[in-house]
Amino acid sequence: MFGQLLLGLINGSFYALLSLGLAVIFGMLNVINFAHGALYMVGAFVAWFLLNKLGLGYWWALIITPVVVGAFGMLIEKTMLSRLYKLDHLYGLLLTFGLALLLEGAFRHQFGVSGLPYATPAELAGGTNLGFMFLPFYRGWVVLLSIVVCLATWFAIEKTRLGSYLRAATENPRLVQAFGINVPAMITLTYGAGVALAGLAGVMAAPIYSVNPLMGSNLIIVVFAVVVIGGMGSIFGAVVSGYMLGIFEGLTKVFLPEASNIVVFVIMVVVLLLRPAGLFGRER
Amino acid sequence: MSKNTTLTITVVLVGLLLIAPFGLYPAFVMKALCFALFACAFNLMLGFVGLLSFGHAAFFGAAAYATGYAAKFWGFTPELAILFGGLVGGALGLIVGWVAIRRQGIYFAMITLAIAQMIFFVAIQAGSITGGEDGLQGVPRGHLFGLISLEEPLVMYYFVLAVFLLCFALIWRIVHSPFGNVLKAIRENEPRAISLGYKVERFKLFAFGLSAALAGVAGGTKAISVQLASLTDVTWQMSGEVILMTLLGGVGTLVGPAVGGALVVTLEHFLATSGLPVTMIIGAIFVVCVLAFRRGIVGEVNALLTRKR
Repeated sequence: MFGQLLLGLINGSFYALLSLGLAVIFGMLNVINFAHGALYMVGAFVAWFLLNKLGLGYWWALIITPVVVGAFGMLIEKTMLSRLYKLDHLYGLLLTFGLALLLEGAFRHQFGVSGLPYATPAELAGGTNLGFMFLPFYRGWVVLLSIVVCLATWFAIEKTRLGSYLRAATENPRLVQAFGINVPAMITLTYGAGVALAGLAGVMAAPIYSVNPLMGSNLIIVVFAVVVIGGMGSIFGAVVSGYMLGIFEGLTKVFLPEASNIVVFVIMVVVLLLRPAGLFGRER
Repeated sequence: MSKNTTLTITVVLVGLLLIAPFGLYPAFVMKALCFALFACAFNLMLGFVGLLSFGHAAFFGAAAYATGYAAKFWGFTPELAILFGGLVGGALGLIVGWVAIRRQGIYFAMITLAIAQMIFFVAIQAGSITGGEDGLQGVPRGHLFGLISLEEPLVMYYFVLAVFLLCFALIWRIVHSPFGNVLKAIRENEPRAISLGYKVERFKLFAFGLSAALAGVAGGTKAISVQLASLTDVTWQMSGEVILMTLLGGVGTLVGPAVGGALVVTLEHFLATSGLPVTMIIGAIFVVCVLAFRRGIVGEVNALLTRKR
């Protein structure tokens, strides 16, 4: 029971990190980043590559991977996404969907589907018995780190000057531009940051789940449901419903194992029927 | 295009489809026809109501299972089994639509996607009906109206062609009816349609049900002709593929999705043996379509023809 709860909390940490990135991107670009899952997978592979080809361990990966994935994201934004803003938002979704297929296909072609192992960093190996359950240190670390990252992102957006520009630019880009702020550069940066969060989640996932080209593709749909439940574009909603749904899912696994795969979607339908804008969303 | 050109093109296309099995492998053309119909059904939503459903594989796949099950275990004749599949698809569409139509645009896309994923998991879990990972195998082709055996590939082919043409005619009829005009009005300007007194939600829901039912007929026909209903039919990748077919052929054109569907099936057919990564190439085509030619093949041709005049 507590084991499942912990598992739920860990899954929730990934849901929260990924839906946070999606929410940040959606808020600024109005694009549903379908490639998010694929970039999360790329993050895990970058970590694997750093360890096995360059001999750089987990802690290096934790820093380097988000930068690499974020830079890749900025490239995507500059060369492709930025051409689509004048059109219906659906085209952003379709483009990133194509990118997701492209990335997934490429990695699958290169690495197969069996998955590669990634060792837990030595400092965090082992665990401790809490009396009511066994807690592997690495899993505790994942939960802790994701909470810290979520809080930091929230702080950056709500409390810093850059964050206030960002929020202003979502409300009225032309006005903000008129004040001499480079809005296109900010958009690029935001996409990079959102994608970097996905890359970070990928590194964190590598020691828990095997590094696999398909690791992002089923996760991303759950994360979409989480974002819909939380209310699209709401940072707070994304994080809170991320953890909440992870825990719900864990509990369902205890009481009703057959339903554990679909419980998130069922909750989504119920929430939509009661509050179409999501739990923390505003009607637009 | 003038009425005469349209008529000529239609006659030529139907003629080509009639002689196709003599030049090409019938099973392959049948598959292409099923997916062409699927794409046309999907386009009814995206092209004519302006709603991107990202979960159409759910209707296609669920109907494939329903048809296969009815034909295999209840002994339905093929036409009744396909009809049953269409009904299941339509009913499912009404339920999904009822939830999804509360939101628009990207929200709508994500909600349909998530509900479709739910149906995918149900299909995995209900192994006693769907065969789980193995799929529902050995679906009998049976006897049309209980009389004509469909085991013969050519007979099967003409049956599939008849289903396709019938459904295509129905879609043509829907699009050119007053109902279709209301749908287009909703696509162009929803608030205006509301202010004119149309119950927009009801129109959308009905269109969604129709589109899902036709997708269901496509799935059912596929199950009968390939003799298999499998998990692939319900995955979200399949939902994406049908979007690609429509986009590639031309969103909002009548023939476009059929062309796109046939093209994607052909492409996959040849890539499968070439050793090249299929998903990657499909993804690349997707990106190029979105970036460079959003009107699709038929859309571009149409634009070219109008410019010449």
